[in-house]
Amino acid sequence: MSIIQGQVKVDIDHWIAQYPEGQQKSAVMPGLSVIQAANDGFLTQELMDELADYLDITPIEVYEVATFYSMYEHQPVGKHKICVCTNISCMLRGSDDVVAHLKKRLNVSDFNEISADGKFSIKEVECLGACVGAPMFQIGENYHEHLTPEKIDAILDSLE
Amino acid sequence: MMNENCFRTLHLPESWTLKTYVENGGYEVWKKVLAGEISPEDIIDQVKISALRGRGGAGFPTGLKWSFMNRRAPGQKFLLCNSDEGEPGTCKDRDILRYNPHQLIEGMCIAAYVIGASRGYNYIRGEFHEPIQRYLGAVNEARAAGFLGQDILGSGFDFDLFVHAGAGAYICGEETALIESIEGKKGMPRFKPPFPASFGLYGRPTTINNTETLASIPMILANGGQWFLDLGKPNNGGTKLFSVSGHVEKPGNQEVRMGTPFKTLLENAGGIWKGRQLKAVIPGGSSTPVLPADKALAMDMDYDSISKAGSFLGAGSVIIMDETTDMVKVLERLSYFYYEESCGQCTPCREGTGWMHRVVKRIREGKGRPEDLTLLRDVGGRITGKVICGLGDAAAIPVTSFMKHFGHEFEHYVEHGCSIYDRM
Repeated sequence: MSIIQGQVKVDIDHWIAQYPEGQQKSAVMPGLSVIQAANDGFLTQELMDELADYLDITPIEVYEVATFYSMYEHQPVGKHKICVCTNISCMLRGSDDVVAHLKKRLNVSDFNEISADGKFSIKEVECLGACVGAPMFQIGENYHEHLTPEKIDAILDSLE
Repeated sequence: MMNENCFRTLHLPESWTLKTYVENGGYEVWKKVLAGEISPEDIIDQVKISALRGRGGAGFPTGLKWSFMNRRAPGQKFLLCNSDEGEPGTCKDRDILRYNPHQLIEGMCIAAYVIGASRGYNYIRGEFHEPIQRYLGAVNEARAAGFLGQDILGSGFDFDLFVHAGAGAYICGEETALIESIEGKKGMPRFKPPFPASFGLYGRPTTINNTETLASIPMILANGGQWFLDLGKPNNGGTKLFSVSGHVEKPGNQEVRMGTPFKTLLENAGGIWKGRQLKAVIPGGSSTPVLPADKALAMDMDYDSISKAGSFLGAGSVIIMDETTDMVKVLERLSYFYYEESCGQCTPCREGTGWMHRVVKRIREGKGRPEDLTLLRDVGGRITGKVICGLGDAAAIPVTSFMKHFGHEFEHYVEHGCSIYDRM
């Protein structure tokens, strides 16, 4: 069954319309983001091929983009993907402790592992541009800053 | 004095709305420009007088950049805004997008008019969901108010704005990689020349400016270039947003006048945390050389003073490290960043960044060899100038500057297998 239908199609068409006539290839990045969100947070070759067809570009043009940018996933992720910044400003303010706390609480031994209940996975990311709120992580669309173990527990407890 | 330009509306309720912005003089300059009261040539002159330099990190004079475009040349031209904020330590553009997006939009409108562009894209990093929504909300408000679109306010000038969201790639902050990315490709920088002013987005003449640069334009034109210049120092005009992060009591963004002493910035941030002493400062983001405390404490925050102290103003991303900081561990993390973010196009950068990271990692793990120290000391010359873009150079800068000022910590690791702070 095609994924590019209903709201996904509406959203991709909206992005295509942002670019000049004949430049629909520019919509490959937003297109991948829309499809990934509709597929539990990760991409497959079939989905990338479908987008290539829809944008009238070759599959390799989609694969190149989908493997270059770090926000695209090619393996299943937890229902909530926790993107933890460990770059300099966060590191100076204890991102190592944030990672350790998350691993312990979710009972996972490494990044990208999914918790047993399928709810969470942790991803190590580069600077997310919220350095004055360090340490921080992103879950879904939201940034969470000035993290402490108590704050992390409260955030995770609040997620379904 | 603080918050005189890009952050001037921050204290107001719902500072991001059209209502607040218009009540505070917003879009008045744009109306004058559209009415023909200020010519494109006058605008460029005022921007040149202001000494506004690119706030994304390169510091290129904005007025000069705009003068490279022939506004009367036929065909499509583009204005791009670079909000792909990703230099470690930098988080200022995020707050312009969240709290004062209309001032950015007015700046983009004026810039587009000067260069004769009818379409503009703001390239915002994909993780910035909230800033993207704020910005798009403001674009919709501006369009509904008639400040964007076809035949704006009856002037005959057409201009509209769109967003291109990134998807996680530091390199897309490089202007030609950013263009490639909008075209739907991997963000690999282009060889220059040709420069974007002649061959940019979709092969058309294009100007790219940083978010803070464009957001500075309305106030420069409202008050005159001389006003802006006088806020700062000659050749270092205006105000600047500094993101002060790391080991301070109150990390935060500060908009201050160029030439403000570093000590004042540090005081504004509540001083070093936990009552400790300052050890080192990276003044302009991870790609600018680290400075030891004595040099930092004696410097002022402007392009020329920071250069004199041995570093760069960069994007104004001030990373503070206290006396307990293990510099080897910090460099290990930074060198990993450049390795992770190298686009892989040029061999010296693709291989060199991984190689530098592996050497620093091995030293930190206590497995370093004496010859590793020599390798790190002369690594800069093996990448710098041998690659298409600045990322390779940027990757070498932390390595050479950390070795220059804190080389003894690396030597200690090699000799003893542990940090200078580990008890023997």
